[in-house]
Amino acid sequence: MSDPLFEFLCRMGDNTLVLGHRVSEWCGVAPVLEEDIALANTALDLIGQTTLWLNLAGEVEGKGRNADALAFRRDIWDFRNVLLVEQPNGDFGQTMMRQFLFDAWHKAYLTALQSSSNAQIAAIAEKSLKEVTYHLERTTDTVIGLGDGTDESHDRMQNALDRLYPYVGEMFTSDTVDAALSAEGIAPDPASLRPQYDTLLRDVFSQATLTIPASDFAHKGGKSGQRHSEHLGHMLAQMQWLQRAYPDAIW
Amino acid sequence: MYAQMIKSTGKGVKSLDEMDPEERAFQERINAGGKIEPKDWMPEGYRKTLIRQIGQHAHSEIVGQLPEGNWITRAPTLERKAILLAKVQDEAGHGLYLYCAAETLGVSRDQLTRDLLTGKMKYSSIFNYPTLTWADMGAVGWLVDGAAIMNQVPLQRTSYGPYARAMVRICKEESFHQRQGFDIMMKMANGTQAQREMAQDALNRFWYPSLMMFGPSDAESVHSAQSMAWKIKMNTNDELRQKFVDQTVPQAEYLGLKIPDEHLKWNEDRGSYDFSEPDWDEFFDVLQGNGPCSRDRMEARNKAWDDGRWVREGLLAHAQKKRSRNMAAE
Repeated sequence: MSDPLFEFLCRMGDNTLVLGHRVSEWCGVAPVLEEDIALANTALDLIGQTTLWLNLAGEVEGKGRNADALAFRRDIWDFRNVLLVEQPNGDFGQTMMRQFLFDAWHKAYLTALQSSSNAQIAAIAEKSLKEVTYHLERTTDTVIGLGDGTDESHDRMQNALDRLYPYVGEMFTSDTVDAALSAEGIAPDPASLRPQYDTLLRDVFSQATLTIPASDFAHKGGKSGQRHSEHLGHMLAQMQWLQRAYPDAIW
Repeated sequence: MYAQMIKSTGKGVKSLDEMDPEERAFQERINAGGKIEPKDWMPEGYRKTLIRQIGQHAHSEIVGQLPEGNWITRAPTLERKAILLAKVQDEAGHGLYLYCAAETLGVSRDQLTRDLLTGKMKYSSIFNYPTLTWADMGAVGWLVDGAAIMNQVPLQRTSYGPYARAMVRICKEESFHQRQGFDIMMKMANGTQAQREMAQDALNRFWYPSLMMFGPSDAESVHSAQSMAWKIKMNTNDELRQKFVDQTVPQAEYLGLKIPDEHLKWNEDRGSYDFSEPDWDEFFDVLQGNGPCSRDRMEARNKAWDDGRWVREGLLAHAQKKRSRNMAAE
Protein backbone atom coordinates (compact mmCIF):
# COMPACT_ATOMS: atom_id res chain seq x y z
CA MET A 1 0.00 0.00 0.00
CA SER A 2 1.22 3.51 -0.77
CA ASP A 3 1.66 6.14 1.94
CA PRO A 4 -1.61 6.40 3.92
CA LEU A 5 -1.32 10.20 4.08
CA PHE A 6 -1.09 10.43 0.27
CA GLU A 7 -4.03 8.03 -0.07
CA PHE A 8 -6.10 10.11 2.34
CA LEU A 9 -5.35 13.38 0.53
CA CYS A 10 -6.29 11.80 -2.81
CA ARG A 11 -9.55 10.62 -1.29
CA MET A 12 -10.40 14.13 -0.15
CA GLY A 13 -9.31 15.77 -3.40
CA ASP A 14 -10.88 13.18 -5.69
CA ASN A 15 -14.23 13.45 -3.92
CA THR A 16 -14.36 17.19 -4.51
CA LEU A 17 -12.85 16.92 -8.01
CA VAL A 18 -15.35 14.36 -9.24
CA LEU A 19 -18.37 15.95 -7.56
CA GLY A 20 -17.31 19.44 -8.67
CA HIS A 21 -17.09 18.15 -12.22
CA ARG A 22 -20.53 16.55 -12.05
CA VAL A 23 -22.10 19.72 -10.67
CA SER A 24 -20.42 21.81 -13.36
CA GLU A 25 -22.19 19.67 -15.98
CA TRP A 26 -25.34 21.61 -15.04
CA CYS A 27 -23.95 24.85 -16.37
CA GLY A 28 -26.63 26.82 -18.18
CA VAL A 29 -29.43 24.25 -18.01
CA ALA A 30 -30.74 24.47 -14.42
CA PRO A 31 -34.49 24.76 -13.66
CA VAL A 32 -34.24 28.50 -12.81
CA LEU A 33 -31.57 31.15 -13.15
CA GLU A 34 -30.95 31.29 -9.41
CA GLU A 35 -30.12 27.58 -9.49
CA ASP A 36 -27.67 28.07 -12.36
CA ILE A 37 -25.85 30.55 -10.17
CA ALA A 38 -26.02 28.41 -7.03
CA LEU A 39 -24.82 25.24 -8.79
CA ALA A 40 -21.89 27.12 -10.29
CA ASN A 41 -21.05 28.38 -6.80
CA THR A 42 -20.99 24.87 -5.39
CA ALA A 43 -18.88 23.59 -8.27
CA LEU A 44 -16.45 26.49 -7.83
CA ASP A 45 -16.06 25.80 -4.12
CA LEU A 46 -15.40 22.12 -4.78
CA ILE A 47 -12.85 22.82 -7.49
CA GLY A 48 -11.07 25.24 -5.16
CA GLN A 49 -10.95 22.60 -2.43
CA THR A 50 -9.66 20.07 -4.95
CA THR A 51 -6.71 22.31 -5.73
CA LEU A 52 -5.80 22.54 -2.05
CA TRP A 53 -6.13 18.82 -1.33
CA LEU A 54 -4.39 17.57 -4.46
CA ASN A 55 -1.54 20.09 -4.30
CA LEU A 56 -0.87 18.89 -0.77
CA ALA A 57 -1.10 15.27 -1.97
CA GLY A 58 1.53 16.00 -4.62
CA GLU A 59 3.75 17.67 -2.05
CA VAL A 60 3.45 14.71 0.33
CA GLU A 61 4.16 12.28 -2.50
CA GLY A 62 7.34 14.19 -3.41
CA LYS A 63 7.46 13.16 -7.06
CA GLY A 64 6.90 16.61 -8.51
CA ARG A 65 3.20 16.17 -9.29
CA ASN A 66 0.82 19.05 -8.60
CA ALA A 67 -2.99 19.12 -8.44
CA ASP A 68 -3.33 19.34 -12.24
CA ALA A 69 -1.00 16.38 -12.80
CA LEU A 70 -3.03 14.32 -10.36
CA ALA A 71 -6.40 15.44 -11.70
CA PHE A 72 -5.66 15.17 -15.40
CA ARG A 73 -3.02 12.47 -15.78
CA ARG A 74 -4.10 9.58 -13.55
CA ASP A 75 -6.25 6.73 -14.80
CA ILE A 76 -9.33 5.26 -13.19
CA TRP A 77 -7.55 2.81 -10.84
CA ASP A 78 -5.70 5.67 -9.17
CA PHE A 79 -8.86 7.59 -8.31
CA ARG A 80 -9.93 7.41 -4.67
CA ASN A 81 -13.33 9.14 -4.61
CA VAL A 82 -16.35 7.39 -3.13
CA LEU A 83 -18.77 5.87 -5.64
CA LEU A 84 -21.56 8.27 -4.62
CA VAL A 85 -19.94 11.34 -6.21
CA GLU A 86 -19.31 9.73 -9.60
CA GLN A 87 -22.97 8.74 -10.05
CA PRO A 88 -24.55 10.57 -13.00
CA ASN A 89 -26.54 13.76 -12.42
CA GLY A 90 -29.89 12.26 -13.40
CA ASP A 91 -32.64 14.83 -12.93
CA PHE A 92 -32.25 17.88 -10.72
CA GLY A 93 -33.67 15.91 -7.79
CA GLN A 94 -31.04 13.22 -8.08
CA THR A 95 -28.30 15.84 -8.28
CA MET A 96 -29.60 17.56 -5.16
CA MET A 97 -30.05 14.29 -3.27
CA ARG A 98 -26.49 13.19 -4.13
CA GLN A 99 -25.23 16.57 -2.98
CA PHE A 100 -27.17 16.43 0.27
CA LEU A 101 -25.98 12.91 1.12
CA PHE A 102 -22.42 13.98 0.42
CA ASP A 103 -22.63 17.40 2.11
CA ALA A 104 -23.91 15.85 5.35
CA TRP A 105 -20.90 13.49 5.45
CA HIS A 106 -18.53 16.20 4.24
CA LYS A 107 -19.52 18.65 6.95
CA ALA A 108 -19.17 16.08 9.73
CA TYR A 109 -15.81 14.90 8.40
CA LEU A 110 -14.37 18.40 7.89
CA THR A 111 -15.53 19.43 11.34
CA ALA A 112 -13.49 16.59 12.82
CA LEU A 113 -10.54 17.36 10.53
CA GLN A 114 -10.27 20.86 11.96
CA SER A 115 -8.56 19.29 14.95
CA SER A 116 -6.20 17.20 12.84
CA SER A 117 -2.67 16.79 14.22
CA ASN A 118 -1.51 17.87 10.73
CA ALA A 119 -1.69 21.69 10.64
CA GLN A 120 -2.03 21.93 6.83
CA ILE A 121 -4.95 19.51 6.83
CA ALA A 122 -6.62 21.36 9.70
CA ALA A 123 -6.25 24.63 7.78
CA ILE A 124 -7.77 23.26 4.56
CA ALA A 125 -10.61 21.72 6.59
CA GLU A 126 -11.33 25.01 8.31
CA LYS A 127 -11.51 26.91 5.01
CA SER A 128 -13.61 24.22 3.31
CA LEU A 129 -15.98 23.90 6.23
CA LYS A 130 -17.22 27.47 5.81
CA GLU A 131 -18.24 26.66 2.23
CA VAL A 132 -19.61 23.21 2.98
CA THR A 133 -21.76 24.46 5.86
CA TYR A 134 -23.54 26.62 3.31
CA HIS A 135 -23.77 23.76 0.79
CA LEU A 136 -25.50 21.62 3.40
CA GLU A 137 -27.93 24.38 4.37
CA ARG A 138 -28.94 24.81 0.76
CA THR A 139 -29.30 21.12 -0.09
CA THR A 140 -31.21 20.51 3.15
CA ASP A 141 -33.73 23.20 2.18
CA THR A 142 -34.00 21.89 -1.37
CA VAL A 143 -34.46 18.26 -0.34
CA ILE A 144 -37.17 19.27 2.14
CA GLY A 145 -38.81 21.64 -0.36
CA LEU A 146 -38.97 19.10 -3.17
CA GLY A 147 -39.77 16.12 -0.92
CA ASP A 148 -42.67 18.02 0.64
CA GLY A 149 -43.70 19.76 -2.59
CA THR A 150 -46.02 18.28 -5.22
CA ASP A 151 -46.76 14.57 -5.68
CA GLU A 152 -44.41 14.51 -8.64
CA SER A 153 -41.53 16.21 -6.84
CA HIS A 154 -42.04 13.90 -3.85
CA ASP A 155 -41.91 10.78 -6.04
CA ARG A 156 -38.84 11.99 -7.86
CA MET A 157 -37.03 12.70 -4.59
CA GLN A 158 -38.00 9.32 -3.16
CA ASN A 159 -36.67 7.64 -6.32
CA ALA A 160 -33.44 9.62 -5.98
CA LEU A 161 -33.04 8.55 -2.37
CA ASP A 162 -33.75 4.90 -3.21
CA ARG A 163 -31.28 5.06 -6.10
CA LEU A 164 -28.46 6.70 -4.11
CA TYR A 165 -28.82 5.37 -0.58
CA PRO A 166 -26.77 2.22 -1.36
CA TYR A 167 -23.78 4.56 -1.88
CA VAL A 168 -24.00 6.13 1.58
CA GLY A 169 -22.36 3.29 3.50
CA GLU A 170 -19.01 3.56 1.70
CA MET A 171 -18.39 7.01 3.21
CA PHE A 172 -18.38 5.44 6.67
CA THR A 173 -16.36 2.28 6.06
CA SER A 174 -13.01 2.19 7.83
CA ASP A 175 -9.99 0.51 6.26
CA THR A 176 -6.25 0.33 6.95
CA VAL A 177 -5.70 3.87 5.62
CA ASP A 178 -8.30 5.23 8.01
CA ALA A 179 -6.88 3.21 10.88
CA ALA A 180 -3.35 4.52 10.26
CA LEU A 181 -4.52 8.16 10.10
CA SER A 182 -6.80 7.83 13.05
CA ALA A 183 -3.95 6.33 15.14
CA GLU A 184 -1.85 9.43 14.42
CA GLY A 185 -4.68 11.85 15.12
CA ILE A 186 -4.64 13.06 11.50
CA ALA A 187 -8.21 12.11 10.59
CA PRO A 188 -11.22 10.65 12.40
CA ASP A 189 -12.42 7.08 12.10
CA PRO A 190 -15.23 7.48 9.53
CA ALA A 191 -17.39 4.90 11.32
CA SER A 192 -17.48 7.13 14.37
CA LEU A 193 -19.37 9.80 12.39
CA ARG A 194 -22.25 7.57 11.32
CA PRO A 195 -24.57 8.08 14.32
CA GLN A 196 -24.71 11.88 13.93
CA TYR A 197 -25.18 11.46 10.16
CA ASP A 198 -28.11 9.11 10.69
CA THR A 199 -29.70 11.52 13.14
CA LEU A 200 -29.47 14.36 10.62
CA LEU A 201 -30.88 12.20 7.81
CA ARG A 202 -33.81 11.06 9.93
CA ASP A 203 -34.64 14.65 10.81
CA VAL A 204 -34.35 16.02 7.27
CA PHE A 205 -36.15 13.13 5.56
CA SER A 206 -38.96 13.27 8.06
CA GLN A 207 -39.50 16.94 7.20
CA ALA A 208 -39.18 16.05 3.53
CA THR A 209 -41.79 13.25 3.99
CA LEU A 210 -39.32 10.78 2.46
CA THR A 211 -38.66 7.23 3.61
CA ILE A 212 -35.12 6.03 4.25
CA PRO A 213 -34.67 2.63 2.55
CA ALA A 214 -34.75 -0.30 5.00
CA SER A 215 -31.71 -2.06 3.55
CA ASP A 216 -28.35 -0.75 4.62
CA PHE A 217 -26.56 -2.55 1.79
CA ALA A 218 -23.54 -0.53 0.70
CA HIS A 219 -21.63 -0.60 -2.58
CA LYS A 220 -17.86 -0.34 -2.12
CA GLY A 221 -14.75 0.04 -4.23
CA GLY A 222 -14.43 3.79 -4.85
CA LYS A 223 -12.32 5.02 -1.99
CA SER A 224 -10.08 1.97 -2.16
CA GLY A 225 -9.86 2.40 -5.95
CA GLN A 226 -10.53 -1.31 -6.43
CA ARG A 227 -13.74 -1.03 -8.46
CA HIS A 228 -15.20 2.24 -9.67
CA SER A 229 -18.44 2.42 -11.62
CA GLU A 230 -18.42 2.63 -15.42
CA HIS A 231 -19.49 6.27 -15.15
CA LEU A 232 -16.12 7.50 -13.92
CA GLY A 233 -14.25 6.41 -17.05
CA HIS A 234 -16.50 8.52 -19.27
CA MET A 235 -16.06 11.50 -17.00
CA LEU A 236 -12.26 11.15 -17.13
CA ALA A 237 -12.32 10.76 -20.91
CA GLN A 238 -13.98 14.15 -21.14
CA MET A 239 -12.16 15.89 -18.30
CA GLN A 240 -8.65 14.73 -19.20
CA TRP A 241 -8.92 14.82 -22.98
CA LEU A 242 -6.99 18.03 -23.71
CA GLN A 243 -4.15 17.21 -21.33
CA ARG A 244 -3.88 13.71 -22.79
CA ALA A 245 -4.16 14.75 -26.45
CA TYR A 246 -1.62 17.59 -26.16
CA PRO A 247 0.75 16.46 -23.41
CA ASP A 248 3.39 19.11 -24.22
CA ALA A 249 1.06 22.08 -24.12
CA ILE A 250 0.79 24.65 -21.37
CA TRP A 251 -2.70 26.06 -20.98
CA MET B 1 -24.21 44.91 -25.67
CA TYR B 2 -25.96 41.97 -27.16
CA ALA B 3 -28.91 43.73 -28.76
CA GLN B 4 -29.30 43.89 -32.52
CA MET B 5 -31.90 45.40 -34.82
CA ILE B 6 -34.00 46.72 -31.95
CA LYS B 7 -37.19 48.22 -33.32
CA SER B 8 -38.37 51.51 -31.88
CA THR B 9 -41.54 53.40 -32.80
CA GLY B 10 -40.68 53.32 -36.51
CA LYS B 11 -41.66 56.97 -36.82
CA GLY B 12 -39.32 59.89 -37.19
CA VAL B 13 -37.97 61.67 -34.15
CA LYS B 14 -40.32 64.46 -33.13
CA SER B 15 -38.99 67.93 -32.54
CA LEU B 16 -39.60 69.46 -29.13
CA ASP B 17 -42.24 71.73 -30.65
CA GLU B 18 -44.21 68.75 -31.95
CA MET B 19 -44.40 67.13 -28.48
CA ASP B 20 -47.14 67.59 -25.92
CA PRO B 21 -45.99 69.17 -22.63
CA GLU B 22 -45.45 65.85 -20.80
CA GLU B 23 -43.36 64.34 -23.55
CA ARG B 24 -41.46 67.55 -24.01
CA ALA B 25 -40.54 67.68 -20.32
CA PHE B 26 -39.42 64.04 -20.57
CA GLN B 27 -37.23 64.71 -23.61
CA GLU B 28 -35.75 67.85 -22.08
CA ARG B 29 -34.81 65.93 -18.99
CA ILE B 30 -32.99 63.36 -21.13
CA ASN B 31 -31.31 66.09 -23.17
CA ALA B 32 -30.01 67.60 -19.94
CA GLY B 33 -28.44 64.27 -18.98
CA GLY B 34 -31.09 63.40 -16.37
CA LYS B 35 -32.17 59.83 -15.53
CA ILE B 36 -35.63 58.36 -15.97
CA GLU B 37 -36.71 56.17 -13.06
CA PRO B 38 -39.37 53.40 -13.03
CA LYS B 39 -42.16 55.51 -11.49
CA ASP B 40 -41.61 58.49 -13.79
CA TRP B 41 -43.90 59.14 -16.72
CA MET B 42 -42.48 57.87 -20.00
CA PRO B 43 -43.77 57.58 -23.56
CA GLU B 44 -45.13 54.13 -24.35
CA GLY B 45 -42.65 53.82 -27.22
CA TYR B 46 -39.73 54.43 -24.87
CA ARG B 47 -40.98 51.75 -22.48
CA LYS B 48 -41.59 49.18 -25.21
CA THR B 49 -38.29 49.82 -26.97
CA LEU B 50 -36.41 49.45 -23.71
CA ILE B 51 -38.18 46.18 -22.90
CA ARG B 52 -37.15 44.84 -26.31
CA GLN B 53 -33.58 46.01 -25.87
CA ILE B 54 -33.04 44.96 -22.25
CA GLY B 55 -34.90 41.70 -22.86
CA GLN B 56 -32.75 40.83 -25.84
CA HIS B 57 -29.65 41.63 -23.85
CA ALA B 58 -30.83 39.43 -20.95
CA HIS B 59 -31.69 36.55 -23.29
CA SER B 60 -28.24 36.84 -24.85
CA GLU B 61 -26.62 36.43 -21.45
CA ILE B 62 -28.72 33.33 -20.79
CA VAL B 63 -28.19 31.65 -24.16
CA GLY B 64 -24.57 32.85 -24.03
CA GLN B 65 -23.97 30.42 -21.18
CA LEU B 66 -24.25 27.52 -23.63
CA PRO B 67 -21.29 27.95 -26.00
CA GLU B 68 -18.93 28.45 -23.05
CA GLY B 69 -20.63 25.88 -20.86
CA ASN B 70 -19.74 23.55 -23.73
CA TRP B 71 -16.10 23.65 -22.56
CA ILE B 72 -16.37 23.68 -18.77
CA THR B 73 -16.16 19.91 -18.51
CA ARG B 74 -13.16 19.87 -20.87
CA ALA B 75 -11.21 22.80 -19.44
CA PRO B 76 -7.54 21.80 -19.43
CA THR B 77 -6.56 22.78 -15.87
CA LEU B 78 -8.35 23.26 -12.56
CA GLU B 79 -7.66 26.99 -12.67
CA ARG B 80 -9.02 27.36 -16.21
CA LYS B 81 -12.10 25.38 -15.24
CA ALA B 82 -12.71 27.63 -12.22
CA ILE B 83 -12.22 30.83 -14.24
CA LEU B 84 -14.57 29.65 -16.98
CA LEU B 85 -17.21 28.55 -14.48
CA ALA B 86 -17.00 31.90 -12.70
CA LYS B 87 -17.38 33.66 -16.03
CA VAL B 88 -20.46 31.70 -17.04
CA GLN B 89 -21.86 32.28 -13.56
CA ASP B 90 -21.36 36.03 -14.06
CA GLU B 91 -23.37 35.78 -17.26
CA ALA B 92 -26.27 34.15 -15.43
CA GLY B 93 -25.98 37.01 -12.91
CA HIS B 94 -26.08 39.58 -15.72
CA GLY B 95 -29.20 37.91 -17.04
CA LEU B 96 -30.73 38.21 -13.61
CA TYR B 97 -29.99 41.96 -13.18
CA LEU B 98 -31.24 42.68 -16.67
CA TYR B 99 -34.49 40.77 -16.18
CA CYS B 100 -34.92 42.75 -12.95
CA ALA B 101 -34.30 46.00 -14.84
CA ALA B 102 -36.90 44.93 -17.42
CA GLU B 103 -39.37 44.09 -14.64
CA THR B 104 -39.28 47.73 -13.52
CA LEU B 105 -40.86 48.50 -16.92
CA GLY B 106 -43.82 46.25 -16.19
CA VAL B 107 -42.94 42.93 -17.84
CA SER B 108 -42.30 39.77 -15.82
CA ARG B 109 -39.28 37.51 -16.13
CA ASP B 110 -41.64 34.60 -16.87
CA GLN B 111 -43.19 36.50 -19.76
CA LEU B 112 -39.79 37.37 -21.21
CA THR B 113 -38.67 33.76 -20.80
CA ARG B 114 -41.73 32.54 -22.68
CA ASP B 115 -41.02 35.03 -25.46
CA LEU B 116 -37.47 33.72 -25.75
CA LEU B 117 -38.52 30.06 -25.74
CA THR B 118 -41.19 30.53 -28.39
CA GLY B 119 -38.77 32.45 -30.59
CA LYS B 120 -40.79 35.67 -30.34
CA MET B 121 -37.80 37.49 -28.86
CA LYS B 122 -34.26 37.12 -30.15
CA TYR B 123 -30.80 36.90 -28.62
CA SER B 124 -27.50 38.00 -30.13
CA SER B 125 -26.56 36.27 -33.40
CA ILE B 126 -23.10 35.48 -32.03
CA PHE B 127 -24.30 32.70 -29.73
CA ASN B 128 -25.49 30.68 -32.70
CA TYR B 129 -21.90 29.85 -33.60
CA PRO B 130 -20.20 26.71 -32.27
CA THR B 131 -17.21 26.60 -29.92
CA LEU B 132 -14.98 23.88 -31.35
CA THR B 133 -11.61 24.09 -29.63
CA TRP B 134 -10.24 25.42 -26.36
CA ALA B 135 -8.93 28.46 -28.26
CA ASP B 136 -12.57 29.41 -28.83
CA MET B 137 -12.82 30.13 -25.10
CA GLY B 138 -10.07 32.65 -25.66
CA ALA B 139 -11.64 34.08 -28.80
CA VAL B 140 -15.06 34.43 -27.19
CA GLY B 141 -13.59 36.36 -24.27
CA TRP B 142 -11.29 38.47 -26.41
CA LEU B 143 -13.57 39.22 -29.38
CA VAL B 144 -17.15 38.62 -28.27
CA ASP B 145 -16.83 40.20 -24.85
CA GLY B 146 -14.60 42.84 -26.42
CA ALA B 147 -17.34 43.74 -28.90
CA ALA B 148 -19.97 43.69 -26.16
CA ILE B 149 -17.95 46.10 -24.02
CA MET B 150 -17.74 48.62 -26.87
CA ASN B 151 -21.48 49.09 -26.58
CA GLN B 152 -21.93 48.55 -22.89
CA VAL B 153 -19.47 51.15 -21.67
CA PRO B 154 -21.43 54.06 -23.20
CA LEU B 155 -24.68 52.48 -21.96
CA GLN B 156 -23.58 53.13 -18.40
CA ARG B 157 -24.75 56.68 -19.23
CA THR B 158 -28.05 55.56 -20.74
CA SER B 159 -31.17 57.54 -19.77
CA TYR B 160 -32.99 54.73 -17.95
CA GLY B 161 -31.69 54.57 -14.38
CA PRO B 162 -32.06 50.83 -13.58
CA TYR B 163 -30.50 49.89 -16.93
CA ALA B 164 -27.57 52.29 -16.49
CA ARG B 165 -26.88 50.97 -12.99
CA ALA B 166 -27.05 47.32 -14.10
CA MET B 167 -24.61 48.20 -16.85
CA VAL B 168 -22.04 49.62 -14.43
CA ARG B 169 -21.68 46.30 -12.69
CA ILE B 170 -21.88 44.29 -15.89
CA CYS B 171 -19.08 46.35 -17.46
CA LYS B 172 -16.73 45.66 -14.58
CA GLU B 173 -17.23 41.93 -14.96
CA GLU B 174 -17.11 42.00 -18.76
CA SER B 175 -13.75 43.71 -18.81
CA PHE B 176 -12.40 40.98 -16.55
CA HIS B 177 -13.83 38.41 -18.97
CA GLN B 178 -12.15 40.08 -21.88
CA ARG B 179 -8.80 40.04 -20.11
CA GLN B 180 -9.08 36.36 -19.27
CA GLY B 181 -10.00 35.63 -22.89
CA PHE B 182 -6.94 37.48 -24.09
CA ASP B 183 -4.86 35.60 -21.53
CA ILE B 184 -6.01 32.27 -23.01
CA MET B 185 -5.16 33.57 -26.49
CA MET B 186 -1.67 34.57 -25.33
CA LYS B 187 -1.02 31.11 -23.92
CA MET B 188 -2.26 29.53 -27.13
CA ALA B 189 -0.46 31.92 -29.48
CA ASN B 190 2.80 31.42 -27.61
CA GLY B 191 2.29 27.70 -27.14
CA THR B 192 2.94 24.64 -29.30
CA GLN B 193 2.39 24.56 -33.05
CA ALA B 194 -0.99 22.89 -32.50
CA GLN B 195 -2.03 25.58 -30.03
CA ARG B 196 -1.03 28.36 -32.43
CA GLU B 197 -3.10 26.70 -35.15
CA MET B 198 -6.09 26.48 -32.82
CA ALA B 199 -5.72 30.17 -31.96
CA GLN B 200 -5.60 31.24 -35.62
CA ASP B 201 -8.52 28.98 -36.47
CA ALA B 202 -10.59 30.48 -33.64
CA LEU B 203 -9.84 34.01 -34.88
CA ASN B 204 -10.75 32.99 -38.45
CA ARG B 205 -14.12 31.66 -37.34
CA PHE B 206 -15.03 34.38 -34.84
CA TRP B 207 -13.82 37.53 -36.61
CA TYR B 208 -16.77 38.22 -38.93
CA PRO B 209 -19.46 36.97 -36.52
CA SER B 210 -17.96 39.43 -33.97
CA LEU B 211 -18.25 42.29 -36.47
CA MET B 212 -21.88 41.28 -37.02
CA MET B 213 -22.59 41.72 -33.32
CA PHE B 214 -22.91 45.48 -33.87
CA GLY B 215 -25.67 44.92 -36.42
CA PRO B 216 -25.83 46.28 -39.99
CA SER B 217 -25.20 49.95 -40.68
CA ASP B 218 -27.96 51.97 -39.06
CA ALA B 219 -26.99 55.41 -40.31
CA GLU B 220 -30.37 55.65 -42.09
CA SER B 221 -32.47 53.80 -39.51
CA VAL B 222 -35.45 55.66 -38.00
CA HIS B 223 -35.44 53.15 -35.14
CA SER B 224 -31.86 53.95 -34.20
CA ALA B 225 -32.47 57.69 -34.56
CA GLN B 226 -35.30 57.52 -32.03
CA SER B 227 -33.29 55.31 -29.65
CA MET B 228 -30.40 57.75 -29.84
CA ALA B 229 -32.67 60.70 -29.14
CA TRP B 230 -33.88 58.85 -26.05
CA LYS B 231 -30.28 57.98 -25.12
CA ILE B 232 -30.95 54.29 -24.92
CA LYS B 233 -28.51 53.87 -27.79
CA MET B 234 -25.43 56.03 -27.60
CA ASN B 235 -23.52 55.41 -30.84
CA THR B 236 -24.24 54.16 -34.32
CA ASN B 237 -23.40 50.57 -35.20
CA ASP B 238 -20.72 51.69 -37.65
CA GLU B 239 -18.98 53.90 -35.09
CA LEU B 240 -18.78 51.04 -32.63
CA ARG B 241 -17.67 48.50 -35.23
CA GLN B 242 -14.87 50.84 -36.32
CA LYS B 243 -13.78 51.37 -32.74
CA PHE B 244 -13.73 47.62 -32.18
CA VAL B 245 -11.63 46.98 -35.30
CA ASP B 246 -9.19 49.76 -34.38
CA GLN B 247 -8.76 48.32 -30.91
CA THR B 248 -8.50 44.69 -31.95
CA VAL B 249 -6.09 44.79 -34.89
CA PRO B 250 -3.03 45.77 -32.78
CA GLN B 251 -3.96 43.09 -30.24
CA ALA B 252 -3.99 40.45 -33.00
CA GLU B 253 -0.59 41.72 -34.17
CA TYR B 254 0.73 41.43 -30.63
CA LEU B 255 -0.47 37.82 -30.55
CA GLY B 256 1.14 37.13 -33.92
CA LEU B 257 -2.23 36.18 -35.42
CA LYS B 258 -3.61 37.27 -38.75
CA ILE B 259 -7.04 38.92 -39.07
CA PRO B 260 -8.79 37.04 -41.91
CA ASP B 261 -9.35 40.12 -44.08
CA GLU B 262 -7.21 40.81 -47.13
CA HIS B 263 -8.53 44.36 -47.39
CA LEU B 264 -7.62 45.31 -43.86
CA LYS B 265 -5.42 48.41 -44.12
CA TRP B 266 -4.52 51.40 -41.98
CA ASN B 267 -6.09 54.54 -43.43
CA GLU B 268 -3.86 57.47 -42.59
CA ASP B 269 -6.45 60.10 -43.51
CA ARG B 270 -9.19 58.65 -41.33
CA GLY B 271 -6.81 57.52 -38.58
CA SER B 272 -8.62 54.19 -38.62
CA TYR B 273 -8.46 50.81 -40.30
CA ASP B 274 -10.34 50.10 -43.51
CA PHE B 275 -11.85 46.63 -43.35
CA SER B 276 -14.24 44.29 -45.15
CA GLU B 277 -17.89 44.10 -44.20
CA PRO B 278 -19.13 40.77 -42.91
CA ASP B 279 -21.51 38.74 -45.06
CA TRP B 280 -24.83 40.33 -44.13
CA ASP B 281 -26.81 37.58 -45.89
CA GLU B 282 -25.32 35.16 -43.38
CA PHE B 283 -26.29 37.54 -40.57
CA PHE B 284 -29.93 37.64 -41.69
CA ASP B 285 -29.94 33.86 -42.08
CA VAL B 286 -28.74 33.54 -38.50
CA LEU B 287 -31.44 35.96 -37.28
CA GLN B 288 -34.01 33.82 -39.10
CA GLY B 289 -32.96 30.86 -37.00
CA ASN B 290 -30.55 29.35 -39.52
CA GLY B 291 -27.32 29.84 -37.60
CA PRO B 292 -25.04 26.79 -37.23
CA CYS B 293 -26.29 26.21 -33.65
CA SER B 294 -29.63 28.04 -33.63
CA ARG B 295 -31.71 24.92 -33.24
CA ASP B 296 -29.36 23.39 -30.67
CA ARG B 297 -29.45 26.53 -28.54
CA MET B 298 -33.24 26.83 -28.56
CA GLU B 299 -33.67 23.12 -27.91
CA ALA B 300 -31.26 23.29 -24.99
CA ARG B 301 -33.08 26.27 -23.43
CA ASN B 302 -36.50 24.71 -23.97
CA LYS B 303 -35.36 21.39 -22.55
CA ALA B 304 -33.89 23.07 -19.46
CA TRP B 305 -37.15 24.96 -18.92
CA ASP B 306 -39.38 21.92 -19.49
CA ASP B 307 -37.21 19.59 -17.40
CA GLY B 308 -37.19 22.13 -14.60
CA ARG B 309 -40.95 22.55 -14.46
CA TRP B 310 -41.48 19.95 -11.71
CA VAL B 311 -38.75 21.60 -9.62
CA ARG B 312 -40.29 25.06 -9.87
CA GLU B 313 -43.74 23.66 -9.14
CA GLY B 314 -42.47 21.55 -6.25
CA LEU B 315 -40.68 24.42 -4.52
CA LEU B 316 -43.67 26.70 -5.03
CA ALA B 317 -46.05 24.11 -3.57
CA HIS B 318 -43.77 23.68 -0.58
CA ALA B 319 -43.61 27.44 0.03
CA GLN B 320 -47.41 27.59 -0.06
CA LYS B 321 -47.74 24.64 2.36
CA LYS B 322 -45.32 26.31 4.72
CA ARG B 323 -47.25 29.55 4.57
CA SER B 324 -50.56 27.88 5.35
CA ARG B 325 -48.99 25.87 8.19
CA ASN B 326 -47.60 29.06 9.67
CA MET B 327 -50.96 30.78 9.38
CA ALA B 328 -52.73 27.82 10.98
CA ALA B 329 -50.26 27.96 13.88
CA GLU B 330 -50.88 31.66 14.54
